[in-house]
Amino acid sequence: MTRVFISRDMASVALGADDVARAFVAAGCEVIRTGSRGLFSIEPLVELESEEGRIGYGPVGPADVAAVLDGSHANRLGRVETLPFFANQPRFTFARCGLTDPLSLSDYATHGGWKGLEAARARAPQQVVDAVKASGLRGRGGAGFPTGIKWQTVLDASSLAKFIVCNADEGDSGTFADRMLMEGDPYCLIEGMAIAAHAVGAGHGYIYIRSEYPFAISTMRAAIDACAHLIAPFTLEVREGAGAYVCGEETALLDSIEGKRGQVRAKPPLPALQGLFGQPTVINNVLSLAAVPFILAEGAEAYAAVGFGRSRGTMPVQLAGNVRHGGLYEVGFGITLGDLVNEVGGGTASGSPVRAVQVGGPLGAYFPPGMFHLPFDYEAFAEAGGLIGHAGITVFDDSVDMAHMARFAMEFCAAESCGKCTPCRIGSTRGVEIMERIMARREQDSPRPDPAIPAGLAKALYSRSPAPAQRGAEQEIALLRDLADTMKYGSLCALGGFTPYPVLSALDYFPEDFVAPAPAKEAAE
Amino acid sequence: MEDFINAWTLRHGRSRDKLLPLLHAIQEECGYVGDGLVPVIARALNISRADVHGVVTFYHDFRRAPSGRHIVKLCRAESCQARGGTAIEAQAVQRLGVAMGQTRADGQVSLEPVYCLGLCAIGPNALVDGRPVARIDAAALGHIAAEVGA
Repeated sequence: MTRVFISRDMASVALGADDVARAFVAAGCEVIRTGSRGLFSIEPLVELESEEGRIGYGPVGPADVAAVLDGSHANRLGRVETLPFFANQPRFTFARCGLTDPLSLSDYATHGGWKGLEAARARAPQQVVDAVKASGLRGRGGAGFPTGIKWQTVLDASSLAKFIVCNADEGDSGTFADRMLMEGDPYCLIEGMAIAAHAVGAGHGYIYIRSEYPFAISTMRAAIDACAHLIAPFTLEVREGAGAYVCGEETALLDSIEGKRGQVRAKPPLPALQGLFGQPTVINNVLSLAAVPFILAEGAEAYAAVGFGRSRGTMPVQLAGNVRHGGLYEVGFGITLGDLVNEVGGGTASGSPVRAVQVGGPLGAYFPPGMFHLPFDYEAFAEAGGLIGHAGITVFDDSVDMAHMARFAMEFCAAESCGKCTPCRIGSTRGVEIMERIMARREQDSPRPDPAIPAGLAKALYSRSPAPAQRGAEQEIALLRDLADTMKYGSLCALGGFTPYPVLSALDYFPEDFVAPAPAKEAAE
Repeated sequence: MEDFINAWTLRHGRSRDKLLPLLHAIQEECGYVGDGLVPVIARALNISRADVHGVVTFYHDFRRAPSGRHIVKLCRAESCQARGGTAIEAQAVQRLGVAMGQTRADGQVSLEPVYCLGLCAIGPNALVDGRPVARIDAAALGHIAAEVGA
């Protein structure tokens, strides 16, 4: 019987993979559902087992079964690993994703699973922490704090109970690596958490997953049940979030697990010393924990050998938005932003010129193509007034209205603020108001008809505030900068503190969108 | 519902940290968390009514009134905007006959904003009664509207 591999990743399913899988079953094939390889322009991807390896076809629809099975389908890709998108990727974290049945324990073991945990358990906890330190692994959730130092703090804390918490509240638009890993290789995350538990002496762990990821939640729950005997005495459970972006902030996440409103806690005390239920807690992002099995199995040196400056190892970069070859691209730090967008991503999907890319989610800066020389590195991005965050890159073509995006950033912060600190809670609302006045003045002076947006909606979006009378455009912008400054330095956490990044970068790099008259599009390039 | 809550706490425990899982279970069971249940939940977990009310109203997922028979969640985040999401949102409002964040008067469909489903390279995206749909255009909106009977 022909063995066929088809992804069950949420993105593949959204593109129709379930219907394709049913069609192959009906044709008498044995269908194995895997995670996604991570290149969505070829999904739904179907791979046929053959003597030369797995031969890929994609995108494939339910009507294409016969043509795929007899090899005549026009979208024959050959071996997927040899496609240019995949050929140069050092897949440390995503090595198994797309290859294996995510819930098959035998698949996981035959593809190198549990080696890291075995190696860790053969060593003393301090040696495991030392290995993580030596790897140079930094928190992949956004802040880039060295993971080994965090673990050392928890190891050194004395307490009857310690916890491992995985932050799987990946809420940034343009990011999906956590979701893909949890759906495509759940045991990898579990193994990383079990290694962390051994390293610091924790007995129980939580995976806090956002409710917008129903596939990840069910896959992780099934995986935990299936491998409980292999990670014992360590125990794990999944906690489902409830639609609050701020719960991606680690202290708000801890409050949410405790059954409270997800409000940010002031630090110190550090969660490493007084975290979940007041006990010492390792709280790491999915990708940080999923990098650990490789480090223990292959050695810290092998991991640290890849990278750039103080950013060691690989980063699963997510190419999103208006990009031709969108998907997950795991790569060593140091590749330039321009190479990621133009070479790997192939430019925009619409074919229009790239005008802006937002790196690091809704709190990340917007960069123009003039900044494409930036190397992907925590320090380089911080210096340029941005952040890598969770390594999501959202591409916009020249139809984007950057004043609208700046307004959206403020609106998002206002909607998602936990309300604990004033600069974030009130500042974001005042920010929306300033942006509405700026945009109303702009429309008034020089209406910008956007063919993509019906006239009625444009009016509703841009002219809610009364026509500005008192302040000039320059004064409004000065007020916006002043407000951004207050939010940046006065907020308790990254939500209020980083919202100025998208707002100010839009203003700095695309000032023409904030004033009237609007210049011709050519002038913006 | 009181019986349901008691049975749930017998099975899963009554500690305060069970509040979110309990609220999810209640919403799964009856579609929303009615205000009348707040004192019952407070008693079951031995916390104050204010605590329960605070949590129910803090999280976007918990409803305090019934939803429509079908729920369409449409992504409004940056990646979907970069792929024409704002225009699709306007068309969805027209096609489904309901404003964003509202339930249609006949109770047939609720249209809700969602901020990122993690399908960011293939937007605009939606969840239609829990089923993910990518690359939404006018034709796909037509299919969705037919599916939810709008």
